[in-house]
Formats: sequence, structure tokens, C-alpha cells
Amino acid sequence: MIRSLFISVLLLCAVTPFAFAKEAQPTGDDPAVEQRLHKLSQELRCLVCQNETLADSRADLAEDLRREIREQIKAGKSDKEIIEFLTARYGQFILYRPQVTPTTYLLWFGPFVLLLAGLFLLFNYIKQRRDSLPEKPLSADEHRRAEELLASASGKETT
Amino acid sequence: MVKYLIPLALFLVLVVFLAIGLGRDPHEVPSPLINKAAPTFRLQQLKDPSKTFSSEDMRGKVWILNVWASWCVSCRDEHPLLIEYAKTGVVPIYGLNWKDKPEDALGWLADLGDPYVLSATDFDGRIAIDYGVYGAPETYLIDQSGTIRFKQIGALTPDVWSNKILPMVQELNRRGTSR
Repeated sequence: MIRSLFISVLLLCAVTPFAFAKEAQPTGDDPAVEQRLHKLSQELRCLVCQNETLADSRADLAEDLRREIREQIKAGKSDKEIIEFLTARYGQFILYRPQVTPTTYLLWFGPFVLLLAGLFLLFNYIKQRRDSLPEKPLSADEHRRAEELLASASGKETT
Repeated sequence: MVKYLIPLALFLVLVVFLAIGLGRDPHEVPSPLINKAAPTFRLQQLKDPSKTFSSEDMRGKVWILNVWASWCVSCRDEHPLLIEYAKTGVVPIYGLNWKDKPEDALGWLADLGDPYVLSATDFDGRIAIDYGVYGAPETYLIDQSGTIRFKQIGALTPDVWSNKILPMVQELNRRGTSR
């Protein structure tokens, strides 16, 4: 029993390096190409696991898309051309930063519109409140008390 | 009084938005390919690799391209429906076998039946990328001029088939013959 366990652990140890070797294999060809691929694919969404970038995803489709991008980089395509290629097939959804088009105006400018609306309401509220407070002058009695308070306060400070 | 109802109204609007958001499937990404020309391809046939199948062969016909794979679980759910629909003969169904081992794919068809006129082998997934495939099964309805008219992401359902695809097929066939 212990022997078979020992053997299986040994086997596992023997297999693991290959597993890592397989994972690391796609990089390495041409560092410049890989760097561009990495930069590009960090801007792109993996469509299978939608909250992961294409750079991080290990889904099969992500691997295929990385291969596609790598080939296009090698073929001398610009980043813009590659992004156009992908959006023509998968739509704007593949971009983490969607282009500014009429359909994405709300997405891009909505928060600022909300911010402005909030500021407008806030100022309106403050103005209204100030206007609603009656500005009545102090009576002679109150005036005297205020003077006294001020005098005693400044007196304390000096001592 | 009205003043106190405003937050409640805003809250209800928020609830409606959230409810709509919950009801939607985030995996359904609208395809930019609808009403665009279907990407052309020429691929080996699954059952007879010595022959090829090209999307150009289908010019002048209304047809369905169904992306499937033996490793795809939802494809298995969808399969009986496809077999049933293929029997009706309303529209020819062609398969695009996506990133599959040919022996696995052939075994799958032998076990579960083959609804396809034929299946083309997209072994390395290049054609699937052209079609914007990101999860099998996906189904495309392509018209006589080679334009994609409809795309179903995920398994077909009887509802989609009889309320979306069949009316479109009939409409396209009618327009095609009257031309």
C-alpha cells in the first residue's frame, strides 16, 4: 500500500514538469512578437470566460485567438488591423475599451452626465436652503451677548 | 408627500433594470455578422476526408450551418432536436465539426445518429474564428446569396426553431423562387 503510494507520488513528480513545460511552450518564439501579443491580448476579452483577458485565459478559444493574433503580427499587420479583424467577428464586446460610437455614448458619457446632474441638484439644494433661511438682524440684546462671548473667548486665548 | 415618493420611484426603476439584467444571458453576445456575407471556406468532409465541402457549394440555397463537437455537452442536448428537424427536410443542415478529433466525432455520430447532410472538419478552429464562434453549439441560417440571416448561440430550442428559423426559411424560399 505504502509502496504503491510512494510510486504514484514519484510518478506525479515525474509528470508535473511536463505539465509546466506545456504551459510555457507558446512563448519564446520571437520576444518582440510575444510582447506585442501580450499587450494586445490584455486589451481583449476572452469570450468564454468573460471576465478574463485573452492574455490570461486558458480556454481553448483564447489559445486559438492568440495563435491568430500571433500569425497576424508576424504577417506585419498593425494593431488597429488586428482589432478590426476581431471586432468584425466578435463585435465590440471583445474590447475591454469599446470604441466611442453612438451605441457606446451612454457607456462612455453616462457617468459624467450623472455626475453633472448630481452637482446640479446639490447646488440647487444649497441655494434653496440658503434662500429659505430668513436673514434677520440681531436684536440689541443678542448683539451685546455676542460681544460678551467674543470678548471672553479672546480673553481666554491671551491668558 | 410627493417628495417622499421620489426615492421610492427611483428605487423601483432600479429594480426594473436589475430584473431585466438578471433575465438576460451574459453569454449571448450579439453577432456583428448578421446580414453580412457568411465567411467562405473549403474544408475536408468528416466522413470522407478525400472530399471537400465549400460554403460556395451552397450558393442559391437556404441552409443551416451547425457548429458542433463531440466534447460539447450542450450539443448532446441539442442533438435529438437536430435529428428530428433534419427528418422534416425543410432546410438542409450542415455540420461544422469544431476542434474535434475525427475519430471522436465519427463515434459520436455513430452513437447518436447523424442529422447532417455532411459535416466539415474545422480541426484547428480557424473557420470558427471567421464565423465568430465562441461556444458550441452555434447555428447559422444562411440564405441563397450567402448572407447570414440568423444566429443561435447555444442549443436550439423548439421555440427558436418554429418561431424564428422556420418562418425565416419560408420567407427566404419564397423570395428566392419569385426572383
